[in-house]
Formats: sequence, C-alpha cells, structure tokens
Amino acid sequence: MTNDLTRRDFSKLAVAASVAGGLGFQVPANALAAADASEAGWRWDKSVCRFCGVGCGVMVATKDDRIVAMKGDPESPVNRGLTCIKGYFNAKIMYGADRLTKPLLRMKDGVPAKDGKFTPVSWEKAFDVMAAKFKEAYGEGGPAAIGLFGSGQYTIDEGYAAAKLWKAGFRSNNIDPNARHCMASAVAGFIQTFGIDEPPGCYDDIELTDAVVTWGANMAECHPILWSRVTDRKLTHKPTRVINLSTYSNRCSDLADLEIIFEPQTDLAILNYIGREMVTREGAIDQEFVDKHCIFATGFTKIGYGLEADHPAEQGQEHRGKAGGHWSITFEEFKKSLEPYTAEYTSELSGVPVEKLEELADLYCDRSKKVVSFWTMGFNQHTRGTWVNEQMYMVHLLGGKMSKPGSGAFSLTGQPSACGTAREVGVFAHRLPADMVVANGKHRAITEKLWKLPAGTLNGKVGTHAVKMMRELRDGTIKFYWSMVTNPFQNYANGNEWIKAARTGDNFIVVSDCYPTVSAKVADLVLPAAMIYEKWGSYGNAERRTQHWRQQVTAPGEATGDLWHLMEFSKRFTIGEMWKAQPLKGVEGDQLPDVLAAAKEMGYREDQTLFDVLFNHAELRKHAWPDPIANGHANDIAEHYGYFVHKALWEEYRQFGLGNGHDLADFDTYHQVRGLRWPVVDGRETQWRFAEGFDPYVKPGEGFNFYGKALKTIPTGSPKGEKVAHTGKAKIFFRPYAEPAESPDAEFDLWLCTGRVLEHWHSGSMTKRVSELNRAVPHAVIYMHKADAEARGLARNDLALVESRRGKVQARIETTGRNRVPQGLIFVPWFDENVLINKLTLDATCPISKETDYKKCAVKVSKA
Amino acid sequence: MVRKFSRRSLFRGSSARRSSAAAEAGGSTRSWVLDMARAEGEPIRPPGALPEPDFLATCTTCGDCVEACPVGTLKLATGANEVPIGTPYFTPRDVPCALCEDVPCARVCPTGSLDPTVEIRNAQMGLAVLLDQQNCLAFKGLRCEACFRACPAQGEAITLDRTRAGEHAFFLPVVHSEACTGCGQCEHACVLEVQAIRVLPRAFALGVVDHSTVGWEQEARITKDFVAAPVAPAVLGWADDKAVLDSMNDLSGIEEEP
Repeated sequence: MTNDLTRRDFSKLAVAASVAGGLGFQVPANALAAADASEAGWRWDKSVCRFCGVGCGVMVATKDDRIVAMKGDPESPVNRGLTCIKGYFNAKIMYGADRLTKPLLRMKDGVPAKDGKFTPVSWEKAFDVMAAKFKEAYGEGGPAAIGLFGSGQYTIDEGYAAAKLWKAGFRSNNIDPNARHCMASAVAGFIQTFGIDEPPGCYDDIELTDAVVTWGANMAECHPILWSRVTDRKLTHKPTRVINLSTYSNRCSDLADLEIIFEPQTDLAILNYIGREMVTREGAIDQEFVDKHCIFATGFTKIGYGLEADHPAEQGQEHRGKAGGHWSITFEEFKKSLEPYTAEYTSELSGVPVEKLEELADLYCDRSKKVVSFWTMGFNQHTRGTWVNEQMYMVHLLGGKMSKPGSGAFSLTGQPSACGTAREVGVFAHRLPADMVVANGKHRAITEKLWKLPAGTLNGKVGTHAVKMMRELRDGTIKFYWSMVTNPFQNYANGNEWIKAARTGDNFIVVSDCYPTVSAKVADLVLPAAMIYEKWGSYGNAERRTQHWRQQVTAPGEATGDLWHLMEFSKRFTIGEMWKAQPLKGVEGDQLPDVLAAAKEMGYREDQTLFDVLFNHAELRKHAWPDPIANGHANDIAEHYGYFVHKALWEEYRQFGLGNGHDLADFDTYHQVRGLRWPVVDGRETQWRFAEGFDPYVKPGEGFNFYGKALKTIPTGSPKGEKVAHTGKAKIFFRPYAEPAESPDAEFDLWLCTGRVLEHWHSGSMTKRVSELNRAVPHAVIYMHKADAEARGLARNDLALVESRRGKVQARIETTGRNRVPQGLIFVPWFDENVLINKLTLDATCPISKETDYKKCAVKVSKA
Repeated sequence: MVRKFSRRSLFRGSSARRSSAAAEAGGSTRSWVLDMARAEGEPIRPPGALPEPDFLATCTTCGDCVEACPVGTLKLATGANEVPIGTPYFTPRDVPCALCEDVPCARVCPTGSLDPTVEIRNAQMGLAVLLDQQNCLAFKGLRCEACFRACPAQGEAITLDRTRAGEHAFFLPVVHSEACTGCGQCEHACVLEVQAIRVLPRAFALGVVDHSTVGWEQEARITKDFVAAPVAPAVLGWADDKAVLDSMNDLSGIEEEP
C-alpha cells in the first residue's frame, strides 16, 4: 500500500474506517490515520437549509474560508439528519462560476443609460447613481413613486431593516414581498378566521395524526422531508390514511389511499360539500366547541379577480373595492347556504365520482379521527385563495379538529422565511411587525415609539402591493423599483408586460442579486449580494420555528449582504429631506405631515442621516462586537459598522412581539438551540397555539381561546348590521363557488398549471448552478396527457410551442414521469430561465389577498 | 493487449467461435453472453490484483496462481472470450473464490501483478450486486437469503434488512461495498436458474459519493470542485468578468419570443 493517498483515497478510507471499524473487520491502521488527518482543522457549525419552508437543520464545515463539508443536522427536530437533494448540495449553490462580484450599471457614453451595456462600477458610484435616481423619482411623486420588492428569503434582519428604511425612513408603504405570490391568501385566511397570522399547529402533528390530507400541495416534491415524516407515519402506524387532492396525479398519489383529481377551481365546491355533510350528518359537528369558540360569517361575492378595472372579467363586480368585507350570520343561514352543494352537484361540477367525495367526507365527519389537512399553492395561488383557506378552517372548526395534537388545518409555507421575515416582520404594503397594520393609528403609535420616531412619521395609507407595483411601474407612477433576494421578472405572472416596462419605461430598476438572473439582466443597476452562509442571519419556518446561524465564510469579490445594501443606501438621505411634508394622495391634506419639529424636540438634527437615526443610534450600538456568542466566527457587517448589527436589530425587533402572542427569545438563545417555535414565553416554546395547556396565552379553564385581535368586531347579519365584538372566537365562513378568471375555450383549449419539481428551487438561479441537480433535471418540460399530445401531432420529447393570450415559450413534451396530468390540462415548472412560463400566466389574483393565481389560465399547444 | 469488445463482434462472431466460447464458459449460451459482457470492462481477477492496466503490464501468464488455487477457482483465459489470453480470472457462478486466509495465489505470483501482501478480507476483486429484485425470492417475501448465508462475511458484506410489506415480514439482502470482497460465493449460491446476484467489476457497480452529507455519518466531503486552499475567495476561479458581463448583456432569451 502506497503512502501517497489522493483526496479520493482519503475519502474512501475515511468511509471504510468509520464503517468497517464498526463492523468488526480489521481496518488497516493507514486508513484510520487518513480519516483523522483529513478532518483536522475543520470547523463545524449549525445552520439551516437555504431552500423550502420545511426549515431543515444542517451542519456546515469550513476550513480556510471555504465550505468543505455539509450534512443534515442529526440534532434538528425538523429533519433529524435528513436532507433532500437540494439541501444535500446547499454548499455548492454559492460556488457557481458566474457569481456576481461587482456592482454593474448600464452605461452609454459614460453616463447611466437604460439602453446602455452593463459596466462594472464602484459601490460608491453605484450608490451615487441609485440615490440620485431615487431622489428624482421621490422628488416628483413622493412615497408613491418608489417601490421595494422584498422576499420571503430575506433573513429576518434584512426584512426588518428593509421595512424600517422604507416605512420609517422613506415613509412609503410601497414595500411588498415575493410572499405576496405564495402566502398572501394564507395570511388573509388566518386574519379573517383567527384575527392573527400563522399556523396554530406544528410538525409534531404528523407523528400524532390518523390521517393526512394534501389539498393542492405537492408535499412529496415541495416539502420533501415533511413527506418523509408523513410516509414514516404511514409505515409505522397502520391505520394512518393519506388522501391526495389535486388537479393532476403527482408523487403524493403514490402514497395515498385515496386520490381525488378535480376540475380546477372546484376545490371551493368540494369543501362546501364536506361542510354540507357535516351540518347534515348527526354528530359530525363538535357542537360544544362550535358553540363556545366559533361564530359563522359570510362576505361579499362580486369581488372580481384582481385584474385591472377595464378587464372584461371585472365588469359588474360591484364589490371589487371591499372584497374582504364580511359579517356574522346565524347557523341556520350558514346551513342554508350550503344546501346546493350536494354530492351530485359537486360531482358534476368537479368531475370527482360521488363515492370518492363520500369517502372524503366520511373522514372529516368522523369525530374519532384526528386529521391534518396540508395545503400550499393549490389553495393560495387561487383567485379565491382567501375563501378556500377559510373553507378549510370551516371544515376543521366544525369538527373541532383544530389546535389539537395531530389534528388541525395546516397551511404550509413554501419559502424558508415567508413566516419568519415577510409575515412576522410585516414586510408588506399594509403591515407592521407582530401582525400590526399601517392603517391602525394605535399600531403606528406603538411602532413609532419602538423605532424612536416622532408621532406622525409613519404613513397610514396601505401601499402598493406586489402585483400592482408592476402595473404602476408600467404606467409610470412608480419610477424607482428595487428588488432583493427574489427574481421578479421570472416569477411575476404576465411577464412580458413587466419586462417591457422595465426595459423601455421611464424608470430606474435596481436588483440586488447573486447571479445573472433574468431580473438582474433586465435591471439598470445590479448590486452583488452575499449568499446564506456568507452572513449572519435567521429564518422562520412553516411551524413557527425561528432558527439563527453565524457567518461561515467570506462573500466573493465585492459582494455584500443585502443588509449592508440597505444600511449603506440609508446614509444617502437626511431626515431633513425625508421627514418634511411629503405629497401623498388619499390621506388628510393629500400629504404626510412635516414631523421635523417633533423630531428636533426628540433631539434629532435635520442633517442626521436615515442611517444615523434608524441603524446607528446609541441603543443599537450598545451591542458590541466582537461578542462571545460568535464563537470565533467572523461578521463582516459588524466589523464594518463597529457594532453587533444582527444582535442589535434582533433585540430591537423582538420588542414588538413580547406580551402579545408573538414572543421571540433573545438572540443568544437561538445560537444555542435548534430553533424555537414562538410564542416563546419563560423559555418555553409553543407547539399548539390557542389551546389550553400548550399556549401560555390561554388561561386554565378556557379550553381554547382564539385570542387574535384583528377583524373580531364585525357587523351582524348583513354588511350594515350592528357591529359586535367576537373576542376569542374563530370564524366559520360560508363562501360560494366562483368561476375561474380565465378558462379554456375554443382557441386556448387547455388549462395551464405551474409549479415546482423537487430538484430545483423556484427560478433555478441557485440550483441550476449545481451541476448534479442540473443533470438530474436540466430543462422544464410540458407534462401533457398522451391523448392530448397525439391529437396535436405531438409525441413525447417533441419540441412544442405553448401559447396564451399573453406570451409563448417552447419546451419539450413529457407524457410520462412524475406528473400524470388528466386530459385538458398541462403542467409546466417555472425553474427554467429558458422556459419562462410566466410570460403566459395571467395576473389575476384573489381580490382579498392580492395573490396571483398561477394554477389556472388558458393556453394552446402546438408543434414548435 | 486488450481487444476492444464490441457488441457487433458479439453478434457477428462465427458459430464455431460461439460454440467453443460456450464450451469454454462451461454452460449455456446465456452464460457466455454474460461473460462477454463482464469481460468488456474488467474480468474478475484473483485477489490482490493491481489495477487492470498495471496488471496487464506485469502479468506474465505463468499460471502459478492457477496452480496454487486449492479449489480450482482460477483459470487462464484461452482467447475464446475477450479476457486477454493467458491471464488469470474466474467465473464466480461456476467456482467462487474460497477466500483462503493465506492467499496462496497472490503469495506465489512472481511479478507482483497480484500484491503478495494483500489481506484476503480487504480484497476487492469485484462487488456483488443484487441486480434482479423482481425475481429474487427474498424480495417476494420468501425465506431464501442463500446469498446471505453463503457470504463468508455474513452480517458485514451482506446484511439482512428486516422490513414489512402487506402481511409479511421481508428479509432483504443488502450488500455493503466496503466489506464485499467480490468472492462470488453469494452468486454461486443463488438458487435461481440464472442468478439474481452477481459480482460485477467495482467500477461498474459503484457510484461515487464524493459529497456524502448524510447527517449521521462522520465523513462528509465536497466534490473536487472545492479546493480548501488558503487563497482569497476573490481569485478562486469565479468566471472572468468578461464572461459574466457578456451574459448580463445578453437579453435574447428574455426579450425575444419563439
């Protein structure tokens, strides 16, 4: 045996050593020595996966400022050492060859020009131009002329800084996250039903339940480790049933005892059918629970589709402007409303055989069964997304299957921190931290106090939500648009319109990104961003588990964390410029008040920058750097600013949630545990909210208390009825079936549904740069039924053209594989920048949540 | 000299050649086909054999190893198949390796083509792979596991995965590549008419896990793309600026429609 061991030999020997040693085979001494030596000098630390809302824990090993190894964290209660293959290659996403390392500005003849070519510039120059363009837009149009498209993949500190800068600094509510495209309907469903956001249950429900129902949630591919846990439950607890409801057969169907394929949009009817069965069958309702803890409600129906006012589908939709309005009704009215949803009617509408509908209803009506219903985008990306979320709660609340171990309606979050960042911090056009809203004067006052702002600084008018932001960009209302940690020009529906607006409009587009994505290419200025393990950060996953990590390695070139982008930009503005009166239509006097006098009384000076006031004040600077909790890890941002920015912002942010059901633990604690599920009170996390014995906010003897405060005072019986406060109650909604916004017709004769595959994340900007994942799934394909393909002269692997009224792309036909679609529907994943399927989709939204319906529009397919 | 095996030659070979090859293989035409397929990559060599190119460079076809083998496992290739003439190999289905503790074949090799210091338990002659899970009786739930019980490293090179499906317990043989020597006693013992488990050249059978990150294993590496060199990240091989700029300035895929 030679002494020269190659790297691969080391690898194999180390394996042999660890395994063979345990198996009783004699391992040559050489092999043992090799294993130890290769790992000397490695530093292991805990972190989280970059990708989906499951929030798996990972362990990262670094040496010489490079990541040298990664593995699933065996100590994480979420994944217990497992990862899916995206998580498996987490470390590789940062090392793609075309990482952006310098600011890039479109220039022509030495000056910034939209039709110019990208040119590397210094950070100084980048911010010079960016600030100048911002001030030009703001000077013309005030807070309404700027927009920030943030992300459910921002770290919590990044989202917090963005919200603070935009709302407190620029006094604009034109800040909205990409979570508008994924979780807005879920949020609206929570607020309407419970008065407070986020799931009551937790992942432990999986190991305790009798049945798992997936409704428009492809957990097998999109929450892979949770599916692993569901599968394990089914394999170890024989009576466990799995039911998959979808508009096409997918990998969840492989485990399911019952598969229900329904006509798109008819989930609304199926849920009402179940509700009808529950109010009809003897004993199906948990009467005591309903009487004590629930009220019945309904709302406006002619609410349109979130399209623009001149769109045909919006004509006659008289309730467009008050889509969320609702009032309480009696049980009798509720029961009567459900009458039409018989098995026969529902079967006719949905295409689901009566026997299957009955089997589904049997499960929910069985009082002895614990059931967890999971849903993600099938329910949320829906023109009646808020309604269908409410209907799922209707079913669970009627049966008392809510906030109980193993039993509950569980809205699954898609992104790694749509919960932790976008929702909990309130990075939305209408929100503030801890479920507060901009429109509520008391909430603004609380926020102004915590942010040390003079009274009246914050803008109380709901800003422009994501979809509207693009429309306003096109129309010239918004002239400065900045997107961070997301890929809007690939992820927005009706993409051609917005790409054109960005490239030809009178506006300035800034994109903070890590790779040359579609959005980066469409921008005027690109700021290179650090990626997950190149910065300190925190995410909050789908079960309310907040997890923190340290910086592991240095970012390449001049790339810096998005937090740095925001804080440096804030240095370019003084409060003198921003806190004087600002024009704003729709508020008193059509302007935001001048608060400089009040600011001076608080001790501020006009020439202080937004950075001074928001990110550099004494209270924040108290948190010194270095800090023992860093355990020797670097923090480039803390070094730059001379204090422990991440800890300071965290400690300031968590003040918002203390004492009102959103309690977060202190910064240091999160670095010592594998995350905690909030509310965290007296060191204890909460598994089931609203339930006595589990939720510290529920008093002994209460049983349950739906203590969310929002929207509890509503009219009685009709929109103009007397307002009554229903404190502590959850709402059981009646919502009717409504037609989709755009259905297949003679010309565009197929449904287009879009979504994801396991191997790629979102727009593929990261996963397509991992050669192994790219090899596994190199291209997006058109999943199509064989008969539909044949009827169009197409065979498997043929190149086809898919077209809608809005755009067209080419891709290959796939008639087999992971998704078996019914006739009349095609499925195309959206990860591939060479198959920009969102050029075809329709920007119709749920009018309440403003979330785009990516699952339903009309297309045609032909030979390319 | 290694004659390159080609599928075409397999089917165009003369009937005379085919029949003598069949005789050579000591059995059916099907075995002969499989031998040919196996020989395309690497034949199953005696224990301690150097990597094939080195082996061929040093083996003098003296046949001492064949004579030393006490159970008649080894044989010298006659040219009837693609194994280089005169070199020693074996067909596990016929006569597997007995894993002699004193490795007489390797000890007697005069040129070192077979490493005389090889310890038989660390030999890597090939890797057993349970290829046919449809016909394997264990996978149907029947109590077979003849391969498991024949394995000299029973419980180490082959273990049984006890699991349940439907109404029965299953005992599924699992091969562990770090411990399997490729002796072929499993293949020999398989009770099917044509064996479901067979020894393949390791290069054929093994995936490369250069990036193992299962949480409970100690070892975890990144692929060879990563070099833990003490160099500033800025110069660590990111694409040159021009390539990135060219890509950034190319909006053809975005603005144009098919």
